[in-house]
Amino acid sequence: MRVKLRNPDRVVQVKGPKTVVDMLDELDIVPEAVLVIKDKTLLTRDERVDDSDEVEVRPVLSGGAGDGE
Amino acid sequence: MKCKVCREHAVVDIRRHNAGFCQDHFLEHARNQVARAIKEFKMFRADDRLLLAVSGGKDSLALWDILIDLGYDVTGFYLDLGIGGYSNRSKDLSISFAESHSAKLLVRSIETEHGFNVPELSALTGRVPCSGCGLSKRYEFNRAALEEGFEVLVTGHNLDDEVATLFGNVLHWNTEMLGRQMPVLDERILGEGDDARVALVRKAKPLVKLSERETAAYALLRGIDYVIEECPMVEGNTQHRYKHAITLLEESSPGTKSQFYAGFLRKAADRFRDAADNQADDSEVVACASCGAPTVRRGAHESRCSFCRTKDLAMKRKAEARRGPARRKSGA
Repeated sequence: MRVKLRNPDRVVQVKGPKTVVDMLDELDIVPEAVLVIKDKTLLTRDERVDDSDEVEVRPVLSGGAGDGE
Repeated sequence: MKCKVCREHAVVDIRRHNAGFCQDHFLEHARNQVARAIKEFKMFRADDRLLLAVSGGKDSLALWDILIDLGYDVTGFYLDLGIGGYSNRSKDLSISFAESHSAKLLVRSIETEHGFNVPELSALTGRVPCSGCGLSKRYEFNRAALEEGFEVLVTGHNLDDEVATLFGNVLHWNTEMLGRQMPVLDERILGEGDDARVALVRKAKPLVKLSERETAAYALLRGIDYVIEECPMVEGNTQHRYKHAITLLEESSPGTKSQFYAGFLRKAADRFRDAADNQADDSEVVACASCGAPTVRRGAHESRCSFCRTKDLAMKRKAEARRGPARRKSGA
């Protein structure tokens, strides 16, 4: 499957099918720190993604001055 | 995974609640958490005029959307920090949101207001970028709220922000800050009788019951276009490192973050109130000699607030840098 990663933007290939949590584990990404997006909606960690799928892994942790960004 | 409310297909899993939600019930959950926080902490009244600090990021735009939906009189305030293309993109997204929601937006620029931007402030004063940025934002948010007559300044601090701040305050036993780390802070009055005036506007953080992952999910599911890229100046930021460490704990033990924060508010916050109060008692709080904002009197010298002192240093060094080449030229 095609996996779009952010900050910086890049695309990696991951062999499917597998669950979202297994895909993130293969990419060494903590599930709690990201959203997994497919077709403009979200996937829960138990969902299966196939080899032909395109997904985006979007980080959710923002940093900085902590003043209401 | 099924939605815990309607048993339809879930799109968001929230492990600390041991629950999944379909899109509609997740959006309802997010709105309910904000409404609950506003009520529980008595943040503001239905008819208060709210000024919301907006950055173009997921938290502030999601909160803006929710507050509009809940029927509050809320105006966005975007402060242009002058951080190159990042600031331009975040400003455009804030303006787009306001236009698409027919919402009121106030825009100011730190450079126009004070003569420097955040990268310059850091370079001129040697302050860590996030420190100078935080100082400038706190100052300008409060100034704008007072000047424009808003009753409450609302910020998009979420559960992760508050937990990371709490974690840092505990690590360093910053008891004064622990005494002030509340979801709502009352306004501060300076002067007495006819001279009394609000110097610090009331502040509220209605997202404290939602994690960063939940606010991002809300923004995405509502189709809100927010700035995804990180601020280019965040590299090495302490708060960011704390968040990553806490997220690892949350991943292995769901509920850790909310237990830590809720437990602090319920069992510990009051115990540190004295530290915050004593600090204010021991050192007299006065109006800044330059701008009138509250500050702590420093000995017999004229008291100026941290922002005015930092700004003066930046402007002095900026002037010196301008004079430097001219002096060399005239001496040649």
